Amino acid sequence: MNIAGLLGSLQGGIAQGVLWGIMVLGVYITYKLLDIPDLTTDGSFTLGGCVATVAILAGVDPILATIMGLAAGFLAGAVTGILHTVFEIPAILAGILTQIGLWSINLRIMDGKANNPLLKADTTISFYTDLLGITQSQASLLVGIILVVIVIAILYWFFGTEIGSALRATGDNEDMIRALGVNTGHTKLLALALSNALIGLSGAMVAQMQKYADINMGRGAIVIGLAAIVIGEVLMGRAKNFGVKLLSAVVGAIIYYLIRAFVLQLGMDPNDMQLLSALLVAAALAIPVAMRNYRQKKSYVAGDLYADEHLQREEKGGTDR
Amino acid sequence: MIELKHVSKTFNRGTVNEKRALDGLNLKLNEGDFVTIIGGNGAGKSTMLNAVAGVFPVDCGKIEIDGTDITMEPEYKRAKYIGRVFQDPMKGTCAGMQIEENLALAKRRGQHRGLGWQLNAEERTLYRQQLQSLGLGLETRLSDKVGLLSGGQRQAVTLLMATLQKPKLLLLDEHTAALDPATAAKVLKLTCEIVEENHLTALMVTHNMKDAINIGNRLIMMDSGRIIYDVSGEEKMKLTVEDLLHKFEEASGTEFANDRMMLSN
Repeated sequence: MNIAGLLGSLQGGIAQGVLWGIMVLGVYITYKLLDIPDLTTDGSFTLGGCVATVAILAGVDPILATIMGLAAGFLAGAVTGILHTVFEIPAILAGILTQIGLWSINLRIMDGKANNPLLKADTTISFYTDLLGITQSQASLLVGIILVVIVIAILYWFFGTEIGSALRATGDNEDMIRALGVNTGHTKLLALALSNALIGLSGAMVAQMQKYADINMGRGAIVIGLAAIVIGEVLMGRAKNFGVKLLSAVVGAIIYYLIRAFVLQLGMDPNDMQLLSALLVAAALAIPVAMRNYRQKKSYVAGDLYADEHLQREEKGGTDR
Repeated sequence: MIELKHVSKTFNRGTVNEKRALDGLNLKLNEGDFVTIIGGNGAGKSTMLNAVAGVFPVDCGKIEIDGTDITMEPEYKRAKYIGRVFQDPMKGTCAGMQIEENLALAKRRGQHRGLGWQLNAEERTLYRQQLQSLGLGLETRLSDKVGLLSGGQRQAVTLLMATLQKPKLLLLDEHTAALDPATAAKVLKLTCEIVEENHLTALMVTHNMKDAINIGNRLIMMDSGRIIYDVSGEEKMKLTVEDLLHKFEEASGTEFANDRMMLSN
């Protein structure tokens, strides 16, 4: 195996992990705080990439183009939110509907092309490669770390505010927070929009890193997000601080992309990665349940488990009841 | 003042499970009334409380608080006027959030929630004082998750939360029914103290006839979605459990078929 090649691909993996980590933070909001696996993700991630690349190629300032990707994600999340809260469509179905609709919209945005290359256009990442004379993946890592720090700081602040706390309470006990005067339809809608805004931002950044947007770039994004959250919890699950919990989601994404870079370097077919992700998430959700059921069965005893104590009690002359 | 005028509610209308849970209900509460509500299963006690709270829209009639018609207002808007404690101790608090976070959420009942920080030192002092008054030692556990508390402790905290922002009406839906007798008595005593101290208007559903007689200044008995007996003041203080059973048979023409109520005498 080529050590230099491996190190190079691991560095690329970290950069990818950090930028995808922004998406995982979005998934964290819906999945961990609201208990909604939001399937809008696959569509809104691609949407962010499509909008940003098309805007950049149209001559829009790359930073503004990135913000447009974020805004597009926000709107996509709002659509799912309205379907779910106003029309009471189950959250999973609402997400699927938006995701499917976005497929056509994304193709429209890219003028019918399945792939939209940025070629030599200036991006937020190429700005740093030119300025500091570093490689594309080093610049991606740098921009990614700056963005992740900003996003985590904003989320940490937001979820400590009155509105943010009401949003967390919505995920914890909806009836209770409604009885305390919160319109839970609004808080859910806001959570879905915020989540997808981050996912759109992540899509916009990933497109700039890989220098193209692709109609399939978001396929399986939700599963990658869940896998990263699971990995993050295994590694840093004991953390109590909310900021550290958010960080664990990003760390999870980095580990995920390191594993991915490593197994691809070993010669695994990239198309098999989806299966690996799905298995990872399924196992993470299934193992605790299987373990619990197994322990319960194994610990069952037909006879009297506390025979000694009960015998003593009888000898003392106590009644059984 | 709270007033219900000919309020009706039918569940599952047009199906075999059709049930007219409230049937032309009229009730007028005066400022400071502490009303206990008794009645058999399915009499409409909880349905009445939920109709007032806005959990579901009623089919007809009017609900007014201090002259404001709130009949069509959604639940979250009415929360401005109403404090609630539920039967299930799990229902009134957020298990995954800290005690002080729960109190801070309750402190803003019916108020605008903005982008200001949720917790501050001044409020924390208030919460500590309030928790101290519960006498459960919770004042030293402000940052503990509510999920760590027992059912009785959680119900006491919920009671505090419901009254932290003084409500025009306090709804207590069998809020001690899920607790063991000793804890239930403690929470009930606390309820009386809080209602008295804050001069609250309250509706309390109970299955315990003795409590219904001993607590509050007014007692109403419900059957088939209506109020069949309404007694207050002197007359209420003289009541006995036998009187109530007799009244029930007289008004509804059936025997009081409720094991839970018989047992709790």
